[in-house]
Amino acid sequence: MNELKEKFKMTLHIATKEFKSYFISPVAYIVIVVFLLVQGWFFFMPFFLKNQAEMRDFFSLLPIIFVFIIPAITMRQFAEEINTGSFELLATLPIKYRDIVLGKFLATVVFIKLLLLPTLFYAFTISILGDLDWGPVIGGYIGAVLLGSAYASIGLLTSTFTKNQIIAFIIAVSLCFALWFIDKVLVFMPDVMVSFFQMLGTDYHFQNIAKGVVDFRDLLYFISVTFMFLYAAELSIQEKN
Amino acid sequence: MSMIEITNLTKMYGPVTAVDDISLSIGAGQIMGLLGPNGAGKSTTIKVLCSYIQATRGTITVKGHNVETEPLEVKKLIGYLPESAPLYGDMMVFDYLAYVAEIREVQDVGKRIRELANLCGLRTVMHKNINELSKGFKQRVGLAHAMMSNPEILLLDEPTSGLDPNQIIEIREIIKEIGSQKTIILSSHILSEIEATCNRVVIINKGKIAADGTTAQLKRDSGGESIINLEISGADFNTAKAALSQVTAVKEINQVQCKESGLTGLAMVTGSAEDVRPEVYRIIKNSDWNLFTMQKESRSLENVFQLLTKNV
Repeated sequence: MNELKEKFKMTLHIATKEFKSYFISPVAYIVIVVFLLVQGWFFFMPFFLKNQAEMRDFFSLLPIIFVFIIPAITMRQFAEEINTGSFELLATLPIKYRDIVLGKFLATVVFIKLLLLPTLFYAFTISILGDLDWGPVIGGYIGAVLLGSAYASIGLLTSTFTKNQIIAFIIAVSLCFALWFIDKVLVFMPDVMVSFFQMLGTDYHFQNIAKGVVDFRDLLYFISVTFMFLYAAELSIQEKN
Repeated sequence: MSMIEITNLTKMYGPVTAVDDISLSIGAGQIMGLLGPNGAGKSTTIKVLCSYIQATRGTITVKGHNVETEPLEVKKLIGYLPESAPLYGDMMVFDYLAYVAEIREVQDVGKRIRELANLCGLRTVMHKNINELSKGFKQRVGLAHAMMSNPEILLLDEPTSGLDPNQIIEIREIIKEIGSQKTIILSSHILSEIEATCNRVVIINKGKIAADGTTAQLKRDSGGESIINLEISGADFNTAKAALSQVTAVKEINQVQCKESGLTGLAMVTGSAEDVRPEVYRIIKNSDWNLFTMQKESRSLENVFQLLTKNV
């Protein structure tokens, strides 16, 4: 345990600093407010009409909201540092690029959890109002964190491409949207390709988990997407020099 | 053994050669000034040295560690202050230094930050946001950042650029103070800067080394010429010139305008290192002229710099 702690000490230093710096700028507060407003509005609008004690709508809406929210959180991570030049200071400290990427990623994941925390209030309210099935809710939250992590790794990668945060945001949104969208256009694909493209989409795997069934394949999908993009981000900042 | 060994370093940005086949050996305890016009390759050399960018060709070893293959070891030995100190503007000075101390694995963080705050004169701004600081204070925070782990080597890229004269003197004092125990490489395009702080000067021009030596050496090598300015009355220029031509080392005598009327101004260019002023004085004493000014002006590093870096 101590060995592990020693190994990830630098990652934790970076993560702590990055997490704190989310709350120095107003961006974090704006993102939280916008997320809760949009998610809350679209969830509760039809909720009372349907009159069903479930959060299925909440989790079917979440992936598309995340497509826009997560890149907004990650866009500044590297782009701002490259723009102000502080990356030069960071990169010349005795620290591995991997630790920098992992630290920033970790901070973002914790932030995503924080973002989701207030929505637990919906679940508790609904469980008072009616008979809530907790399985899909717990699955949904696990899926949300996994999905958020995958999008965060995409956002981190695109943030290393440019010193312009807007460009980083737009590329990240496009990539995340493509992954969300891909299993929605299966009707246009030849039959042999359908299952392949279905497996590529984030939403397919997310909805599986959100049903309350945490399948190994879905976990593997999110973990491998996350690692792939984080590794690409590490290579990208290495390549910069 | 030398601290830093640069062998045949070349760095190209696409087709542009920023640093062209430089070899240097820097001993422990030296304060070396990298001097050159803008775009000469000073910053690039320093960036390669601290393993921020990779060399196209050539090797650098820092205390035996190869910069390319052991970047972490090298980074531990080096404290680096980039040009204009790009710090995290939204952090407080104390928080920032504490963060750097953690990454640098400093043992007693509080004690070290207090030491640096005293050394760099940061005590009054410890709880201010870095964004709110003046440029001079930012530069001092940058210095504190570079010195955090008490590294053996300090790389300072234009440490005083953009500062006002008082701030420049303060930063120079700090550099001198820490320079007694460390190897420092300092880049600048300002000559007086280098002359004031460094004991070795390397002049870089268009990516190549144009000169290397102590400031005194460089001045001597440039020809050892000195100029003696005279202001006298009681003789016109031609009479004075004829009389003063007897001085053996004088190469040429030129007329100079004097600010005060009624005086004759002369500029005597002498070729040798020996001082000709006593001889000049004797000639004047034996005549009936009045001496108003006699001043020796040796070739400054500025002349050397211009000579070496002007476009041919």
